[in-house]
Amino acid sequence: MNRDIVVIGGGPAGLAAAIAAYDAGCKNVLVVERESEAGGVLKQCIHSGFGLTRFGENLTGPEYAHRFLAEAEKRGIEILKNTFVTGLSAQKEVTCMNESGIFRIRAKAVILAMGCRERSKGALNIAGTRPAGLLSAGTAQKYVNIKGLLPGKRVVILGSGDIGLIMARRLTLEGAKVLCVCEIMPHSSGLRRNIAQCLDDFGIPLYLSHTIVEIEGDTRASGVTVAAVDENKNPVPGTEKHFDCDTVLFSVGLIPENELTKRAGLRLDGRTKGAFVDGDRETQIEGIFACGNVLHVHDLVDFVSEEAEIAGRAAAAYVRGGEKQKELIPAECGENVSYILPQSVNKKESGAQKLFFRVKRALKNAVIEAETGAGTKVFRRIAVAPGEMENIVLSAEELVNAQKVKISVRGEQR
Amino acid sequence: MFDVAVIGAGVIGAMIARELARYDLRVAVLEKEADAAAGASRANSGIVHAGFDAAEGSLKAKFNVEGNRLMAGVCEELGVEYKNNGSVVLAFGKEQEGTLHTLLRRGEANGVKGLKILSREELFEREPNASRNATAALFAPTGGIVCPYGLTFAALGNAMDNGAEFFPDFELVRAEKGDTLRLFSADGREIEAKYAVNCAGAGAAKIARLFGDTSFTIGARKGEYILLDSAADGLVKSTVFTVPTAAGKGVLVTPTVDQNVLIGPTSVEENTFETSIRRAAFAELISKAKAMCENIPFGETITSFAGVRAYCDRHDFILEESAAAPLFNAAGIESPGLTSAPAIGRYVAEKTAARLGAKRKENFSPKRKSYFFFRKLSDEKKNEIIAADPDFGKIVCRCESVTLGEILYALRANPPARTIDGVKLRTRAGMGRCQSGFCQPSVLETICKERGIGPLEVTKNGKHSEIIAGGEI
Ligand SMILES: Cc1cc2nc3c(=O)[nH]c(=O)nc-3n(C[C@H](O)[C@H](O)[C@H](O)COP(=O)(O)OP(=O)(O)OC[C@H]3O[C@@H](n4cnc5c(N)ncnc54)[C@H](O)[C@@H]3O)c2cc1C
Ligand SMILES: Cc1cc2nc3c(=O)[nH]c(=O)nc-3n(C[C@H](O)[C@H](O)[C@H](O)COP(=O)(O)OP(=O)(O)OC[C@H]3O[C@@H](n4cnc5c(N)ncnc54)[C@H](O)[C@@H]3O)c2cc1C
Repeated sequence: MNRDIVVIGGGPAGLAAAIAAYDAGCKNVLVVERESEAGGVLKQCIHSGFGLTRFGENLTGPEYAHRFLAEAEKRGIEILKNTFVTGLSAQKEVTCMNESGIFRIRAKAVILAMGCRERSKGALNIAGTRPAGLLSAGTAQKYVNIKGLLPGKRVVILGSGDIGLIMARRLTLEGAKVLCVCEIMPHSSGLRRNIAQCLDDFGIPLYLSHTIVEIEGDTRASGVTVAAVDENKNPVPGTEKHFDCDTVLFSVGLIPENELTKRAGLRLDGRTKGAFVDGDRETQIEGIFACGNVLHVHDLVDFVSEEAEIAGRAAAAYVRGGEKQKELIPAECGENVSYILPQSVNKKESGAQKLFFRVKRALKNAVIEAETGAGTKVFRRIAVAPGEMENIVLSAEELVNAQKVKISVRGEQR
Repeated sequence: MFDVAVIGAGVIGAMIARELARYDLRVAVLEKEADAAAGASRANSGIVHAGFDAAEGSLKAKFNVEGNRLMAGVCEELGVEYKNNGSVVLAFGKEQEGTLHTLLRRGEANGVKGLKILSREELFEREPNASRNATAALFAPTGGIVCPYGLTFAALGNAMDNGAEFFPDFELVRAEKGDTLRLFSADGREIEAKYAVNCAGAGAAKIARLFGDTSFTIGARKGEYILLDSAADGLVKSTVFTVPTAAGKGVLVTPTVDQNVLIGPTSVEENTFETSIRRAAFAELISKAKAMCENIPFGETITSFAGVRAYCDRHDFILEESAAAPLFNAAGIESPGLTSAPAIGRYVAEKTAARLGAKRKENFSPKRKSYFFFRKLSDEKKNEIIAADPDFGKIVCRCESVTLGEILYALRANPPARTIDGVKLRTRAGMGRCQSGFCQPSVLETICKERGIGPLEVTKNGKHSEIIAGGEI
């Protein structure tokens, strides 16, 4: 089989990329999705809060996904469901497997949109037993929202990532008692609005700089011991608290799902855990693009869609005209910046370019400096936090003589 | 009425049952847990030891070397993952180099073939990530690795395919001796047999006492591990040991047959056989492993676990008919028990058959289809299978690429999986880097459909370990 563009993954990133590629004139695009329905993780995010930026509306996850599914359908974009992509080569041969067997698709361009997975409890080196009742927050979300099953009745949540926060509220609404959320860092990794709406509104305590040091229960979980941690994240003796619980949820980070990316021979950025890309979201292999959570973990799907459209348009241009002339300059992390995406910028681009980045610490009255070698541009924010991705826009004029873009953030401790 | 009741479905009980199934005997395997491989056979290092470690003249030495010789063939017949990757014992400094020579001599006396002392350079050529501080090493080419629970399931399954019957959730709590043996479970079931083989691991002394045999006691020594994702594959090729001390073989760094890297075990005397991990275990394992190998990607840790060694006060295997017959004790089978299992199985079956005057069956079939048969096929062959059974085209576990067809096979083949862990240990669904986050809901549904039970009845590993404790919404 031959295709102009193959999009791997039919979540919000894959769908938006396919639509953008189609609208940019590349009609021969195929989306491959392993699940029985497209929509990605949004299918199980039945809470609202999606689309505020993109549509100026407060949508649920499925509603947000549906907007893109409807657009894809209108264009007749083919989505191959129940089909697992099991291989990808640097020559852009995509290996798939489904009920009809194993087959290969040769693509002129490939868009990686596989999303991310949750970091598991096993990675955390927690002492104690390994009973039933330990699960990741996303798995609990799937049980509750898709399968109609309540994993447990008395719950402790480790990690204040957004999924954990959302699940604290969801489980409470379904009749479970959520005893607390523990976060090993001195700040939450989740959105501020989720802390307010999912914990504060329900009186669920959030213990910052705390972690679970031991799990109990032989068959089903029966309790956990929680302790405060010092600045090196080591438990402080004497601060232990005990909770009787039958369930522990882990919301301890998301990891881009890059097995295929690696198989194609691409190196991953240790900071984003995704491929290195330029402003077109083109990877280091010509004609392979990436977008969405497979590239870096986003907190808001609105930005996923925006990023995917960039990738989709660029892939269509690549199919039409081949690799374009680029003069890439590096994006460098300065003070208090943990990563920048894209990792390199094409200074020859005719339009303005948006750079996304995350800060390392929460600050207020923040001053963002973008240093290009040809000048420094300053941006201001009332507050910044690691859990909330920031972005700045640089115009073509600001970039034309640049040698790099180094972003630094300073401000007052929050 | 059974001829033989095998008590305990660890690797020892499973191999004994398989060897007994070669004879004209009705065999029952009684297991207290919901599945086989619930004890030490589930959580150990998975090493097929070469045999240079056990004291000369001991049963451990004899059965280790014999088991090592048989292992490849048994795994081939049973479709179990096995690899002859070799073992390396590191020495740091002159004194430990002396110990290498002691091990070499002991190994040769035990009948271990091919032992060789490696210079520093030869060591690094073989193991580039071995610690730079190592000064020499002992190389044992016959050392290997095997999937311990895979071997247990396959041996038991093969026994069942040849007529043996498996009774899970059968905790033996009472034995009455009369014309025949009457064996009672905790929940009031009863089985009659002529002869019993005690291979109850941690529970072996208790079982012996049920028959009136108080000749030995069993102690508990815990071993904790951390496991790294297959992304760490290639760190070491061989199993890397340090020289043994009084406390045992110490921590090792080894590849597993599934391309993970295993680090452990610790060695902690305990009063019980529970398998929790101590808080101090992680720092201990990490520092010991760092002293042995460079470049260990600890960030790839995907899980940790513990197993408990059941050792007897004689500090050798007990493989003899009890004075309180009709009972045979296969007890105190600590390391190298896994390695020895094929040889122990043969030996105990021969003794038992002789005791009961049983003859060999003509129609015994030694072969069993591997749980992993599908993933090993070429794409062409896979396509043939998918054409006949589309379930093999549906991937359920994304990390380990396990298909629905393979999961159904595990739920149907002997001994059928009944739990989430049962499916996991047989197929690897849920054993990868996401540790079942993605596939568990689908595996749960598949178990429900296949066994005709509701979602609230599905357990992780037997009674009281329900996956869903909050009910249906
Ligand atoms: C619990 C939760 C709450 C959230 N809350 C909000 C919120 O309130 N507001 C907001 O704006 N955003 C929210 N988000 C974030 C938003 O949902 C994600 O950023 C967005 O879904 C990411 O889109 P994606 O397409 O990159 O990845 P995904 O949605 O994960 O989609 C990836 C798709 O690729 C498929 N796939 C992966 N690998 C393969 C393969 N090998 N072969 C075939 N198909 C494959 C997957 O099945 C999946 O459908 C939330 C996310 C979660 C998990
Ligand atoms: C940490 C560790 C590392 C090891 N590493 C290695 C290694 O690398 N290589 C090697 O060769 N060996 C190794 N060993 C040793 C090896 O694992 C054991 O020798 C082997 O698994 C013992 O098998 P078993 O069948 O005797 O015991 P088990 O596997 O413990 O099986 C005994 C079974 O009996 C059942 N049972 C108990 N009481 C009753 C009852 N009343 N009624 C019914 N059933 C009952 C239990 O539930 C259990 O399933 C290691 C052991 C440990 C603990």
